Amino acid sequence: MPKLPVPPPLRRPQKPGESNGGNGAGPVEVAKETGGDVVGWVDERTGATGFLTGMLYRKVPKGTNWFYTLGSATLFAFAAQAITGVFLAMYYTPSPTEGYESVQHITNDVFLGEFVRGMHKWGASVMIILIFLHMGRTFFFGAYKYPRELNWVIGVVLLILTLVMGLTGYLLPFDQRSFWATIVANNITATGPVVGPYLADFLRAGPEIGATTISRFYAIHMLLVPGLIIALIGAHLYLVVKLGTTAPPWLKADRPKSLRKTEVG
Amino acid sequence: MADRSESKQGANGAPDGAPKRLDKPSPAGFFEGESMTRRNVLSVGVQAMGGIAVLAVALPAVGFAVAPLFDEEGDFWETVGPIEAFDAESYRSVVITAVPSIGEAGKTTAYVRRGSVDLEENENGYVAISTRCAHLGCPVRFVEAAGNFICPCHGGVYDFEGKVIGGPPVRPLDRFQTRLIDRRGEVRPDGSTPQAGDEVQLGPRFSVTSQLEPVRARDPGEFTGGIWEYLYPPRPSVPPPP
Repeated sequence: MPKLPVPPPLRRPQKPGESNGGNGAGPVEVAKETGGDVVGWVDERTGATGFLTGMLYRKVPKGTNWFYTLGSATLFAFAAQAITGVFLAMYYTPSPTEGYESVQHITNDVFLGEFVRGMHKWGASVMIILIFLHMGRTFFFGAYKYPRELNWVIGVVLLILTLVMGLTGYLLPFDQRSFWATIVANNITATGPVVGPYLADFLRAGPEIGATTISRFYAIHMLLVPGLIIALIGAHLYLVVKLGTTAPPWLKADRPKSLRKTEVG
Repeated sequence: MADRSESKQGANGAPDGAPKRLDKPSPAGFFEGESMTRRNVLSVGVQAMGGIAVLAVALPAVGFAVAPLFDEEGDFWETVGPIEAFDAESYRSVVITAVPSIGEAGKTTAYVRRGSVDLEENENGYVAISTRCAHLGCPVRFVEAAGNFICPCHGGVYDFEGKVIGGPPVRPLDRFQTRLIDRRGEVRPDGSTPQAGDEVQLGPRFSVTSQLEPVRARDPGEFTGGIWEYLYPPRPSVPPPP
């Protein structure tokens, strides 16, 4: 495996003391070594470079192409949602009386508020689209087959959790559209037999959309589901690194000539 | 375990006269009269303590989150206007508070009229129709010209009494209980003749069957009667029928 390309300022000099006429490292050289020393100190205690080289320089099959970047793109979309979400939370009030005004405040008054809110709002759609493209790539390339079935299952759970994020986030602006959309979504939940009405009551915190419905949705939206998504993304990536990726289906297996002869057509 | 150690002793067959050595416990870790190894006892004990610690945190937290399912609805009655404001020919819309203390979001519209003799209703009674569509809960609107309630979301249509005449709704529009109070604010008993100065009050919501029989309030999309009684069980949060 190649060595991790450490940038020159962080690299440890090969021959210490060279510039000091063979009298050991001078202060300039000691200062120059500081970066390398720090990296070395951490590495010695964590073994991080071994892990990182193994992860970043793992073998990928011949024929790997741009379609294989859709998962990373989804991860980037999630990171963008997480970052913009954290900053939106600084101005947002999850309350039926102040929620709408706080969103209007973010959009109209806060510096770059419309931009950050727009990134979060449109980024949500982008994330869903990327997930489905990523899912389609996995399906059409047959990448869900043995031994990667579990990763497909984790991916499906991640898709459902992302849709839950969409549902719970939709209520938060608390305008007419989000209010009635949430009523309809809750009532669809309530039509499920036996458990449906209880689930809907749980979501609404009672038989009607009430004072704590919005804070409940907010807690699910910004604490519960993101935590689950982060944990499952970790498991998803672990399995990707552990099992490796598949070659595209149009690529024939590269066999030695001696083996090829035994194939009878 | 006594029989096991005996059989082990027999199998080893220590030679006669040799100093007797303490047998190795068999199976490993078990001593005379014990049914569990110390390691087992400790690991079961530690797991149990860990489990208790997790439950001590998790159960109250879950209970905290699901508690609203078991809240009973309060008995809200709200005055919507004097009896003279309503007639039997058409509906008048009134705004009532479905959920208190959450501002505009807790308000809802109801359509109120006086009981109609033509429809074989008590002419001294009042009918209050909920605007919550029985399909998925969008707000229906009473269209005066057609005499119908129409839902903007998915095209549900109801007749003057709130019975379904088109679209996806599964049952008639819900109603609110009504009663009259006199000038002193006292409730008039059912069947008494209204006097000038009486006011109409709306109470808890209830659902009706396709024959307009009152039943307990349902969520939109839920049928009434038959197997649906069991598929959508009654819940503490839902008020009983009048």
